[in-house]
Amino acid sequence: MSEMNKAMIEQYRNSFLSEVEANVEEGEWVKMCMQCGVCSGSCPLGKHWAHPPQEIFMMIRAGKRDEVLTSDSMWMCTSCYNCIVRCPRQLPITHIMHGLATYAKKLGLTPKNQPTAKFAEIFWNNMMKKGRVNELKLGLSLYFKDGFGPGIKEALRNKDLGMKMMKAKRMAASEFFGGHGVKDVSGLQKMIKKAQELEDARMKKFD
Amino acid sequence: MAKREYSYYPGCSSQKGASSSNLMKSVDTMCQELDIQLNEIPDWNCCSASIGYASGSELPRLTLSARNIALSEEHNKNQEIVATCAACWLATKEAAERLKEDESMFAEANTALAEAGLKLQNTTPIKHMAEVIIEDIGLDEIKAGVKKPLEGIKIAGYVGCQTNRPFGIAGESFENPMYLDHLVDSLGADSIPTYEKKVQCCGGALAFSEPEKSQEMIKGIIEAAYDNEADMIATPCPLCQANVEIYQDQINEKYNTKFNIPVVYYSQLISVAYGRSASDAALDGQLIKAKKLEDIAGK
Repeated sequence: MSEMNKAMIEQYRNSFLSEVEANVEEGEWVKMCMQCGVCSGSCPLGKHWAHPPQEIFMMIRAGKRDEVLTSDSMWMCTSCYNCIVRCPRQLPITHIMHGLATYAKKLGLTPKNQPTAKFAEIFWNNMMKKGRVNELKLGLSLYFKDGFGPGIKEALRNKDLGMKMMKAKRMAASEFFGGHGVKDVSGLQKMIKKAQELEDARMKKFD
Repeated sequence: MAKREYSYYPGCSSQKGASSSNLMKSVDTMCQELDIQLNEIPDWNCCSASIGYASGSELPRLTLSARNIALSEEHNKNQEIVATCAACWLATKEAAERLKEDESMFAEANTALAEAGLKLQNTTPIKHMAEVIIEDIGLDEIKAGVKKPLEGIKIAGYVGCQTNRPFGIAGESFENPMYLDHLVDSLGADSIPTYEKKVQCCGGALAFSEPEKSQEMIKGIIEAAYDNEADMIATPCPLCQANVEIYQDQINEKYNTKFNIPVVYYSQLISVAYGRSASDAALDGQLIKAKKLEDIAGK
């Protein structure tokens, strides 16, 4: 168990809701859920959620910490914003789901090999290298996310698509060497490092 | 001097050799025709889209967008920011709003920005190009400039998610927006106002991480276009375009369908209707050729 996870269990022993309110993006909205279920019915990948948003909100209030944070559910969010515009109480549900996923990841509780969690990490690291996404490398690292063997298989499966994209000039082999990026990479990286420090300090304030 | 001028945030996929380079090129052509000058934000960065959240939590993510707004405020003074990508627009506008609502977050974002020698005022409006077309210019003016009406083409207007929610176009419904259909009609093509999948999610970034679940949804988007006898699908969103166009072979293989329907951008429709060539409209960037549009462009 991660040190941070231990510390948070200790601190919020009796109230998972307070923990979510303090540490999860837009978490202070959770208590406003009136359990109507419109979000769950509106979610395009709803049938793949073990616990749809409405249920997640109830589970948070019932203190089901492990079940919520280790769940695969919030990783099914496609960011379509259906739930946000339909919620009668205007809860920022999409952001709360993102926030729960981010928090679970911080605590080391993400289910193993969760594909979207992996992709999100690959995406962020790819983007942070030069300040802009390198689509070619993003695609390749996604193919090889489960290791070399499956990577080759996946790359071959998508070979025709890749060739077509190159022919249409919507993918460039030259991106493999260098590629697009911002000029002030070091400034951008320093800025993000600072933002991360400030955010971590925010969480420590509740210690 | 151009009639209208904006600070332009093209985004990662709208770069040379990237997946929506055909959007970039057709937007460029469209703006020449509409007398719009786009001034690219110097040294803009990625907004981290709607998938960056898991590694880049709230403040780092907001700061990425804050950097773009700050750069725009410094170099493209008093110009509204315009984005052509749904995710770029959403992330930037969301960051601007969140930083307006939360003073301590705004102060922290500025502390982080100072590391890159930047300062955010956060007074700049953030627009989507669709708002420029519909609100700033208006469909009457768009219609008046049509040289080659797109006659005989039936088009399913696929608005998608993030161009439509949570912000969308003022006065339009989230559940049944009509502006894309009205644009299609203004250009002389036939719209399908009852295209029932017009705001259905294509899976977004999960098309990469959860391909099977996403392709099941994409299948529905294409099927409904065929059911409505559409010749092609048109969209404002680069990820919608890519997801709905490029996986048709894989969907055909899995579901034994015979999908082969072109998916184009509104900017390509406008470019062709305004008399520009297939190449200027970046129709060579389609994996599935939009033959009927090419024919009109070649006339």
